[in-house]
Amino acid sequence: MESPSQPAATATADRPADAQQTLIEVRDLKVEFNIRGGVVKAVDGLTFDIKRGQTVGIIGESGCGKSVTARAILRMVPKPGKITGGEILYYRYSRYPRKDGKSQDIEVIDMTKLDPDGELVRQIRGGEIAMIFQEPMSSLTPVYTAGTHLNEAITLHRLIPLKRLGDQMVEKIVEYRRVTKEEAREIAIQMLRRVGIPKPEQRVDSYPHQLSGGQRQRVMIAIALSTEPYMLIADEPTTALDVSIEAQILDIMRELQQTANMAIMFITHNLGVIASMADEIVVMYMGKQVERAKVVDLFYNPKHPYTQALLQSVPKLGPKTGARLASIEGMVPDPLHLPSGCVFHPRCPAFMPGKCDKLIPQWNKVGENHWARCLLYEE
Amino acid sequence: MTDSLQNGKKDNILLEVNGLKKYFPIQKGLLRKVVGYVKAVDDVSLYVREGETLGLVGESGCGKTTASRSIIRLYEPTAGQVLFKSRVLSPDGRPRMVNLLELNREQMTKVREEIAMIFQDPINSLNPRMTVADIIAEPMVIHGKYQKGRSEEIIISLLERVGLRADHLRRYPHEFSGGQRQRIGIARALALNPRLVLCDEPVSALDVSIQAQTLNLLQDLQKDFNLSYLFVAHDLSVVQHISDRIAVMYVGKVVEMASSEELYANPLHPYTEALLSAVPKPDPLYKSERIIMQGDVADPSNPPSGCYFHPRCRYAIDRCKAEAPAFREVKPDHWVACHRAEELQLKGI
Repeated sequence: MESPSQPAATATADRPADAQQTLIEVRDLKVEFNIRGGVVKAVDGLTFDIKRGQTVGIIGESGCGKSVTARAILRMVPKPGKITGGEILYYRYSRYPRKDGKSQDIEVIDMTKLDPDGELVRQIRGGEIAMIFQEPMSSLTPVYTAGTHLNEAITLHRLIPLKRLGDQMVEKIVEYRRVTKEEAREIAIQMLRRVGIPKPEQRVDSYPHQLSGGQRQRVMIAIALSTEPYMLIADEPTTALDVSIEAQILDIMRELQQTANMAIMFITHNLGVIASMADEIVVMYMGKQVERAKVVDLFYNPKHPYTQALLQSVPKLGPKTGARLASIEGMVPDPLHLPSGCVFHPRCPAFMPGKCDKLIPQWNKVGENHWARCLLYEE
Repeated sequence: MTDSLQNGKKDNILLEVNGLKKYFPIQKGLLRKVVGYVKAVDDVSLYVREGETLGLVGESGCGKTTASRSIIRLYEPTAGQVLFKSRVLSPDGRPRMVNLLELNREQMTKVREEIAMIFQDPINSLNPRMTVADIIAEPMVIHGKYQKGRSEEIIISLLERVGLRADHLRRYPHEFSGGQRQRIGIARALALNPRLVLCDEPVSALDVSIQAQTLNLLQDLQKDFNLSYLFVAHDLSVVQHISDRIAVMYVGKVVEMASSEELYANPLHPYTEALLSAVPKPDPLYKSERIIMQGDVADPSNPPSGCYFHPRCRYAIDRCKAEAPAFREVKPDHWVACHRAEELQLKGI
C-alpha cells in the first residue's frame, strides 16, 4: 500500500482544523417499519446536522424514534425497518490513505445509498462513527473479556503509521500496517485507564460479569473511543446507571470530546443530562421532529407546546414550589393509528379546533437557529 | 442503637423500623457451606407518620428494595423490629402497635390487608393470564372479602379513580401501555383499603409525561384515602417532589433522614451532599460544582471498616476508618450517621 503524492501533514494531523465543519447532514429522513398491522413511520421527515466537536441532543419519550434515527445513520435499522426517504450525508475525511489511491479530501457519502453490509459501511461503522448502547449488561458478550472486546475494535479499525525519513530529513508517513496483538492490548489498557477504570492491567482480562454496571458502561465507552471516531452516537448511555456513576461517565465523555474534537449525538429522555451535555437539541414526538434549537433557547424559550409541557412535567430539585406537576394529558398514540393533522393535537394544551386536527404543520423557522413544527407559528 | 429512635417524636407514628437487618448467606461448595453474608440491609431505622410520605433514596444495590420488602416480610429479616400501628389485629378495633416480626403466618396475612405494595416493573408484576378485573379482585379473594356485585362496583370505582375506564375490566395486561399498567398496579394496591403503601420505584420505568401523571395520581390518592407512603426510588428529583421526609441509604444503612426541605437545603452527611450535587439539573445555565465520588459503591459482602462511606468521602478523618458512626438526631427531626456532622459545612441546593 504505497502512499501517493498526498502530503503527510493531513494524515498526521488526523483531523481537519476547522471545528465548525459539518460532519453529518440528515435531510428529510424517513424510516418505516412494515409490520403485520400496517406501516409504522418510526422516523418521519427528520432534518438536522451535526458539526465537528459539537454535541447534538435528541430527546423524546420512548417510541418517538430516537434510537431508530441513530441506527439509521449507521445503517443498522433492525428488520423489517427500512429507510424509505431522505438522505444522510456523511462528510468523510479519510484519515488513512485510500486504497484506490484517490486524494484524501473530504468526500460526501450518502449513507442511505450504501449497502448496509458493504465494506465501506463497515469501515465507517465503529471506525469513524462509533456507538454506545443503552444497556451495558447486554451489549457485551459474556464469554469474552473486556480486552477481547477492545481488541476486536482496535485491530479492525486502527492502523499504525510506519514512519520513514523522507527526502528533506522529515519524518514522513509512507505506510500503514495493522496493529499487532501486543500493541492492541497496550492500546486497550490505555483506553481503560482513560475512562477511569482502576487497575486497567488487571481489568483488561475481566469478563463482563466481573465488572459493575458503571465499569461495563466505561468499557463500552472505551471500545467506542478506541478507534478514535469522528463522531460518537450515545444512545441513552447513562440511563441504567446511578447518578454518581452517571456524573463520572458524563465527565469522561466531555473530557474526551474536548481532547479529540469529536462530535456527539446524545440520545436521552433525561432533560437534566441533556441540559449539561448538548449544544443543540432536537425534540421528537411520534417520529416527527417537533422542535430544534440551541440548548439555552430550548430550555428558556421553548416554542412547541410539547416541549413546553415536557419541560414542565419534570420534577426539579430545590426549594419546593407547587404541589402538583404539570402533566401532559392522555397517552402516546398508537403508532399505527396516528391522529390526523398535527400528531400531538389530542394532548396539546394549545389545541385549536378545526385547525390542528386538519392541517399538518410545517417546519417553521421561529427564531435564530430555532425551528418548530406547530400551527401556532403559521399564518 | 435499636432504641435511638425512641427519643424522637412519637406522635402519629404508623410504622417504625428499628435496627432492621437482612443478611443473605453466600453459600459455596457441595455442602452449601456458608462462607459469608451479603449485608443487604444492615441496621436500618426509620419511621413513617400517618398520612405522610417518607422517601427512601440510594444508589442501586444499597438495599432500599430489600429494606422495603423486609418490612412486609417478603424477605424474612435477620434482626430488628418493625412496629406497625394495626387496626385489624387489635381486638377492639383501635389501632395498636404490633411488631410485625413476631406475628405468626396467619396474623401476618391479616396485617397485609393494611400494607399494600406497588412494584417497579408494571409489566412483570401483573399476571398476563388474568384480566384486569381478576387482578384487582385477587387481594379481596385472598382476604375473603370478595362479594359478587358489591366488590365489582368497588373495582369499577377504583379503576375510574386511577384514570381507567369500566370497559377495561375484561382486558388483559398486554393490551395496556406502561403507564396504564402501573395504574392497574395502583388500583390493586388500593383494593383492600390499606393504610400504608410501600411504593418500590413506581415511576422509574415510565416516560417523563406519564411519570408526572402517575406522581400526581399518587398524591391525589394519598389525600383521598389518607394513605401513608414509603416511597423507594433512586431519582432524587422525584423523591423530593413527592416526599415530606427523606431517608438516604448507603450500603445497607440509613445515613441521613430529615424533612425534604431540610435535607436538600442543609444536608449533614457528605454522601447526601455528593448525591445532590451529582443530580443533573434541567437547566443549561446552571453551573454546579459537582462532587465526583471516586470509586464504586462498597461491596455489601465485604464492607469497609468504620463508616462505610469513608473510602469515597472527601472529609474522612482517621476516626471514620476505625469507628462506625451512630445514627443520631443532630437537630430536631434531622437524623444523621456521621462523626463530623456538627463541624462540616455542607452545601445543599
